[in-house]
Amino acid sequence: MSEPRHFRRFLILWAVLSVVATPIVVLVAAPGLPPGNGSSEASGQVTDNTVLLGIATPIAALMVAYFAYALITFRRRDSEPDEGVAVRGNRQIVVVWLVVTGAIVLFAAAYGSDRLLAGTGAGGGQGPNPLAKPSGDSHPLQVQVIGQQWNWTYRFPSFGGVETPQLELPVGQDIELHVTSLDVIHSFWARQLGVKADANPGVDNVAYVHPTKIQSFDIRCAELCGLFHGHMFQTGQVVSDFRFQAWIRQQQRVYAPATKKLNPYSPSYLPKPLRRAG
Amino acid sequence: MRSPAARALLVLVGVAVVAVAATLYISRYLRSPTPFAAAQTGPHRASLTLGTTPAVGKLGHNPSWVSYLVRTNGHWDQTTVFDVPAHSLVHVTIYNFDGKSGLRNPFLSQVQGTVGGKMRVNGKPMDVIPPAASSHTFSVPQMGISVPIEGLKGDAPHQCAEMPCSLDKAHETITFTFRTGKPGRYRWQCFVPCAAGFIDGFAGPMQTIGYMDGFIHVI
Repeated sequence: MSEPRHFRRFLILWAVLSVVATPIVVLVAAPGLPPGNGSSEASGQVTDNTVLLGIATPIAALMVAYFAYALITFRRRDSEPDEGVAVRGNRQIVVVWLVVTGAIVLFAAAYGSDRLLAGTGAGGGQGPNPLAKPSGDSHPLQVQVIGQQWNWTYRFPSFGGVETPQLELPVGQDIELHVTSLDVIHSFWARQLGVKADANPGVDNVAYVHPTKIQSFDIRCAELCGLFHGHMFQTGQVVSDFRFQAWIRQQQRVYAPATKKLNPYSPSYLPKPLRRAG
Repeated sequence: MRSPAARALLVLVGVAVVAVAATLYISRYLRSPTPFAAAQTGPHRASLTLGTTPAVGKLGHNPSWVSYLVRTNGHWDQTTVFDVPAHSLVHVTIYNFDGKSGLRNPFLSQVQGTVGGKMRVNGKPMDVIPPAASSHTFSVPQMGISVPIEGLKGDAPHQCAEMPCSLDKAHETITFTFRTGKPGRYRWQCFVPCAAGFIDGFAGPMQTIGYMDGFIHVI
């Protein structure tokens, strides 16, 4: 009995599996991926995850098909010897493998670099001199995010420098977040908005976000920062511009006594005392 | 010369001893102190009396560490885990025997989340203090509460360096009332970098439950 054409059968199995699985993953599963569509940056991240999943699905299908085919077709039968014949060296397969995997890696690197700098920086911190900014005619709302062990507060330089213990943002506006820390390294993570930016002491780390949906969002610290790191969470709100204006006016009124005691607004702060009796 | 089996047994016993010691140390470190129940003073009313000291003295495992304590029947106990009733008014009195350290974030110099947005310092109503005069804070971020604790002047007479401190020693008396909501477990902490001798003033007692951090169980 002649040996069946294993490679052709395997390719057909892989092709069928890929054709079925890829549309399901891309069209059904990927749109529901985190962080959702709460901001332009978050939507961009969902798009990136969809593209990467679209590439990864046929690769995963290749592995599944290969193992399934090999385990079933080449399983040991009672009449066969313990070990199969060693097969060594196949220049064609090696070349194809190197070319295909090299192309995928290079594409992922180029795509990732392009997406990182496209738009307003994909929601990541860009340091004090950001490369990816909103368009020139945009006037982003500046919000300073201040991390300290173990809480976040927020300062609004265009509203008299008022500092607030909660964060509300207006929908449909570019927001320029200036993330900094008063002590150790924290990381400001507004999950549903697709923002994650390191908060370093003495550093002004700028990140942009454009909220597109009225919703609440989780704020967490994503950098292990001590005893109550796990408790360093809040719930922020994206609200209408009307409600934001009312909220910020109320914050100015409520925190007027503290505002008088604040240091002048600065991109970062190096507060004293650094050390007590030490 | 011992046999290989004897040496192996010796190593095993040594490893077991170290493992048990490490487990006991870590479990002791992680274990929360026994909760202290706020005194019920009426229907939906409770009171809590606390103290802050530059050094906990013989009342704590680390005598030189700054600490919060509770006061009950005229005695000080070292715990920072409190039970308070839900949907109630909790009246807090804090006797501060410590000096001024200064706030890292001046925003916390304002009283937040108390009834009327005020506290009383030695009977005088206040809503804000100079940030540099702050000795500690009593802050429960998830309940929106933060109260700055004004420190003693450096030249105040009859200061108490370590617990137990009697009330005839120099101290500031801070009182305020807050309203509890639904049951839950809320962490509280001091935001002043007041840990003497530690880098940035925020290690040691600032990172250890039972000293400058704790939990409020709303039950």
